[in-house]
Order: sequence, then C-alpha cells, then structure tokens
Amino acid sequence: MSTTLLAEHETTEVLDRTIVTRPSLRDTIDQSLAMAWRAVKKMRRNPEQWFDVTLQPLLFTAMFAYIFGGAISGSVQDYLPIVITGILAQTALTACMATGIQLREDMDKGVFDRFKSLPIARIAPLVGPAMADLLRYATAATLTILTGLLMGYRPAGGVPGVIAGWLLTIVAGWSLAWIFTYFGTRARSAQAVQGISMMVMFPLTFLSNAFVPADTLPGWLEAFVKVNPVSLVISAVRDLMNNGALTANVGWALLGCAIVVAIFLPLSVRSYSRKM
Amino acid sequence: MTRVPDTDLAVAASGLVKTFGDFRAVDGIDLEVRRGEVFGVLGPNGAGKTTTLKMLATLLPMDGGRASIFGVDVGRHPHMIRQLVGVTGQYASVDENLTGYENLWLFGRLQGLSSARAKSTAADLLERFGLNEARDKQISAFSGGMRRRLDLAASLISQPPLIFLDEPTTGLDPRTRGQMWDTIRDLIREGSTVLLTTQYLDEADQLADRIAVIDRGIKVAEGTPDELKTSVGSSTLQLRMSEVADAPDAAAVVRRVLDEEPVLTPESGGMNVALADANQAADVLIALRQSGLSIASATVQKPTLDEVFMAITGHGAEDETTDRTEPEMEAAR
Repeated sequence: MSTTLLAEHETTEVLDRTIVTRPSLRDTIDQSLAMAWRAVKKMRRNPEQWFDVTLQPLLFTAMFAYIFGGAISGSVQDYLPIVITGILAQTALTACMATGIQLREDMDKGVFDRFKSLPIARIAPLVGPAMADLLRYATAATLTILTGLLMGYRPAGGVPGVIAGWLLTIVAGWSLAWIFTYFGTRARSAQAVQGISMMVMFPLTFLSNAFVPADTLPGWLEAFVKVNPVSLVISAVRDLMNNGALTANVGWALLGCAIVVAIFLPLSVRSYSRKM
Repeated sequence: MTRVPDTDLAVAASGLVKTFGDFRAVDGIDLEVRRGEVFGVLGPNGAGKTTTLKMLATLLPMDGGRASIFGVDVGRHPHMIRQLVGVTGQYASVDENLTGYENLWLFGRLQGLSSARAKSTAADLLERFGLNEARDKQISAFSGGMRRRLDLAASLISQPPLIFLDEPTTGLDPRTRGQMWDTIRDLIREGSTVLLTTQYLDEADQLADRIAVIDRGIKVAEGTPDELKTSVGSSTLQLRMSEVADAPDAAAVVRRVLDEEPVLTPESGGMNVALADANQAADVLIALRQSGLSIASATVQKPTLDEVFMAITGHGAEDETTDRTEPEMEAAR
C-alpha cells in the first residue's frame, strides 16, 4: 500500500534518476503540513468559513442559557456550568461537520486531480485540512468559554481546569471530524454530506447530556445517552472545568475519541484512494 | 536500492480496459510510446482518450491489461509512476484560492523541494511561461489560456521525463491555442517525451511524431501524420458540373486520370474526389476541359477530422460527441 509509513526513503533507480519507492513518515508529515498551509490560506480568503465557529457560539450560548436556564436549573446562573460545556461540544461538532462538507466541495475541484497525480502520501490531502481545522475548533471553544465568562460563568476548576477542558474539546472536535471526513469522501455532493451529517449530528448532540441531566430521561433513552461519545466528552469536560478533577470520564472520553479515529481515519483514506 | 533496467519504451501498454457499468470506455487498447517522441492520441469526445491517459497516470484503476512506464509497472508502483509522469489535464488543475506563485510553491513543496528551492522553481516557471504579471493574482482572476499555462508549468516542477497533455488546447481561442502550441514545441525541443490527446487533426499533425486514432474505446489506426492522411487522401476535390447530365462522363474522366472512384452527389450534379496530392486537382480539371465537359465550380478542401474518421471507422466523428462522455465514477460502482 502506498500509505505505508516508513521512517526511511526506499529508493529505486529509473533512467538516470533516483525515485522514492514509497513516501516515508517524514515525507508524509511534510506533505500534510503543506496541505495544512493551503487550507489555512483558503480559510483566510473565505471569511464566511468562520461564521459557524464565531457567531454560533455567541448566539447559542446566550440563547440556550436564557431560554432553558430557569426551567432546567432554576436560574440562568445555575444552568451555566451545564450549558457552557454542552455548547462547547455542540459547536465543536458543527465545526467538524463543516470539515466534511468542505472536503467534498474541495474534492470536486480540479486541483484535487493534481493532488492525486502527484507523488504524495494518500493521507496528506485529508490530514492537512484536518490539522488546519484545529484553528476552527480552538476559535469555537475559546469564544464559547469567553461568552460564558461574560454571562457570569465561574468555573470551579479554575484556569488549569478550563484550559484542560478547552484542550479536550479541540481533541474531541478533531477526532469526531473523521466521521464527517469519511462521509465527505463517500458522498456524491456537498449537499449530500450536509444532509447525512445533520442526521448524525442532531441525535449525537441532543440525545446526550449536553443540555439536560441524563437522569431526567426515560430509561431507554438514558441508556443511549450514556454511551454516546458526545456525552462522554461532555462529562469529562464538566469534571475538568467545573470540578477541576481529572476523573475516569476523561479517560473514557479520550478512549472514545481514539476509537472513532481508529475506525474512520483508515476508512476515509481508503475511500479517498479509491476515488482515483 | 534497486535499479529498473533501461528501456527504449517510455510507455508500454497492452490490452487496457476500463468499464463504467456496462459501458466499455476503453476496450483493449495497446500503446507503445518511444523515448523522446511526441505521441498523439486522436479521437472524438468520449472515445476513451482521457480514460486511457488517466489509467496510465494512476488516476483511474485499470480493469484489464497491463502497462509500464520506463519499465515500472503502473498497477503495482503507482507512487513511482507519479514521479515519472507530469500530467496536464483538460481542465486546469490548479487551486482557485491561491495565486499563481502560491500554486507552484505548494506543488513544489508537495514534491519534496525545500521552501527555498520551491520558491526559485516557482519564480523560474512563472518567468518562462510568461505569467510574471499574474504572479500574485488569485487563479479565479486568470484567463483560460493563463490557467492552462500555469497548469502546464505545475506539471513540470519536478522535470518529469514523461509528460501527459490531455487536450491541451480544447476550449481555447485560436490565438491562445497558437501560444500553447509554441510552449509545447519548446518542451519537445528540450527532449521531453510527450503523450498528447486531442480531438483536432491539425493539432496532432502540428505536434505529434506518431498518432494513434481511438474510437469507441478501440485503437483503429496508428502511424505518422503523413501515413494517416495518405490513407484518406490529403484533400478532397468537390466538383459541380454545368450540366447535371455530364456527371457520369465526368466521373469516367476522373476514374481514367486518377484511378480513383469519385463519390457522386446526384442532386447537385456533382461529385467529391479524394486526392492524394492537391496538385492532382489540376490534372482532373485539364482532362475535363480536353473532354469538353464544362464545370460550374471546383473547390479543393483539406481533409477534416470527420473525413479521417469516416475513412477509418466508416462513421463520422460528430455522431459520437453526444451522450458518450464518461459517466460519473459514482455510477460505476
């Protein structure tokens, strides 16, 4: 397989030139970084790509807190520790949905023919944009936390807890994005990716403990909510930010993310390579 | 380190097959391209030219047959093939959101050049392809001809020994087309081996040393441009007689002078005569005058791609241009 990673170049001589038999790990990293550079340039030139990670956190945080606060927790203040962590997960999910849609749009353009014809690791065109999207997840997480702080959220975990929760949100966004990247490599059009992604994203977000405590739900629903990887991430982020505690939930969340990557990253690369 | 033995063949392909569902886009094509030559693949839209090229460039998996490039197997070593072949597609494969300079820098970096080398290579190529003034413009502001030139520049970054040009001038206006031809001729002069596809007979004629004619996924003819043209006659003489009744006598004169069967067009009292050489038209006209047969008009036309196709395949090129474009990959699965 051309995606096999080797530390050293393995070369072959053809005519008067020495060519690389397969890309080394070093080549793969360099190529992914070059693709990430391209993705960042593209983001800077298309400001509308930032709407979902800038406006949405501001709007949703305020809206959900004021609408549900009184009903669920008795007051907006008491609801903030629940809703801020919930919105963190929700905006990260929305942001990684866009990763899949944009990949599909990108793949339909002529330049992807060029990428396919170049001697680069097949994983680079997928990993590059995924690395660039870390910026988007970071922006979404930062703005959500800032809005919360402005509204009076005082996380008990303090600065270290908040930073840990922020990092976990970004890691989770990056990991879950591989689900949508896979849809991006499979679907026929960007619209199709959007449709499928919505159908996946809404249950993942709302059938979780993001906005309501799971123990208020009917038993069968509670069972699903508890194994939903988004719930795992939210519980972990809550432990970190609201209690400053490094609990088993953090381990479960990271494990959940690792499993998602382990399944969907190879699937995406395979499906992308087949498109050639 | 292994060494692939040198071979005189840049491309050796046999029995190439590509199917999309029930449609056999490429149906057993053999190609041999020698090192240093310009090989043209000529055919109408949907004949399978681009599909063939894409299989050789590792952009599409082969459904049958085998191919090697400079002795390297295409199916087994796609990563090596991609280092030996530069591909310039029908639709310019450059990034709309980047400038001309950024595009070339990115492709250089992706192919393992250091940032400094990628910068100097990008600058050199922009200079060489007359794109300096567009260096910092985004591609979306480029004209069609500029995009093609940038695309060609992009495929030369690693100085590949073999260059694929897929319909390099389709959709360009005549002036830009001429410029593109000049650019390609420069490449050829530098000794590159070029595999070119085109729908235009004159393009193949201008650029290629040898031509394969492809129709409905099958190779129907192969030879130098001269050999191909001779096979259909280098031009056609269209005659109209003043008196419709003279047509059979005139046809007899043509048969006697040229030993060639004219194609009668009875309704206009005329005929079309294939000529191996345009000068034969004069022989026919003189013979007609000597026989006292009067003509209303006589025109000599160079053979068109359509006529080459008519002659070789027995059907016109035009009737294939519709509905035979490559179906989407998706539909194929």
